[in-house]
Amino acid sequence: MITVNNVAELLDGKILAGECNLSEEVHSACGADMMSDVLAFVKDKAVLFTGLMNPQVIRTAEMMDIICIVFVRGKLPGEDVIELANERGVTLIATKLRMFEACGKLYAEFNSAK
Amino acid sequence: MENLTFTYTVPGDDFTRAGDASSKIKKNLRELGIPPAIIRAVAIAVYEGEINMVIHAKTGGDITVDVNEKQITTVLKDTGCGIPDLTLAMSEGWTTAPDEVRALGFGAGMGLPNMKKYADIFDITSEVGKGTTVTMKFNLA
Ligand SMILES: Nc1ncnc2c1ncn2[C@@H]1O[C@H](COP(=O)(O)OP(=O)(O)OP(=O)(O)O)[C@@H](O)[C@H]1O
Ligand SMILES: [Mg+2]
Repeated sequence: MITVNNVAELLDGKILAGECNLSEEVHSACGADMMSDVLAFVKDKAVLFTGLMNPQVIRTAEMMDIICIVFVRGKLPGEDVIELANERGVTLIATKLRMFEACGKLYAEFNSAK
Repeated sequence: MENLTFTYTVPGDDFTRAGDASSKIKKNLRELGIPPAIIRAVAIAVYEGEINMVIHAKTGGDITVDVNEKQITTVLKDTGCGIPDLTLAMSEGWTTAPDEVRALGFGAGMGLPNMKKYADIFDITSEVGKGTTVTMKFNLA
């Protein structure tokens, strides 16, 4: 089983919001900067990797029951985004890794956990 | 369950607040004890529509949600620019979103097809210069 906390550790990430989900299980992941694509294609219990950083990223996660968002390339969201995530119970993780590396690491972890 | 109707107002001029109504709808449906998978379908479909009311119609509008024991009916009504060609608008990948909307993470031309996918019944009417109304029904039983 892979938890939100495992994701943070694996990516050497900093937890910015939503500590409440750290022991929750994640089943899959998706990397996208277009929320349109997330809304159209992602299954639930997924981790969302993104470089986009506006409140609609949190809203999209909220509607889709996504419990964990990873911001890649060392970017940090504004206070308003962090606050909204805490309010909605969405975990935010910031990693210095680029999208490709971050997704690759988690993909390998999912495969070895099978 | 008795018949319940909720109405939510969507402001048209504030992208950062787009989704507030959908968030409230999700919360209200949860309080009514609707099954999670159905709540998720309603939330995703209504959120797509709410975003469209802000980024395309630009006027915002009203969302009405009606719940009875058989189904949930949502009506999203705006008084915006309208859609000239509904067949085009309903096709996957077709969008009129400008670059600044795409930079915000929307404008893949997937919203309306996705709403249709999640709803059990989907209907859209639109008149150029007058506005657009999307009606969706979700079966409970
Ligand atoms: N409420 C509306 N008022 C006016 N035009 C609309 C409205 N909803 C949709 N449209 C038009 O229909 C097109 C397709 O809408 P759709 O939601 O499928 O895609 P999109 O909003 O462009 O991108 P996405 O939903 O993937 O972010 C839009 O680009 C726009 O031209
Ligand atoms: Mg749309």
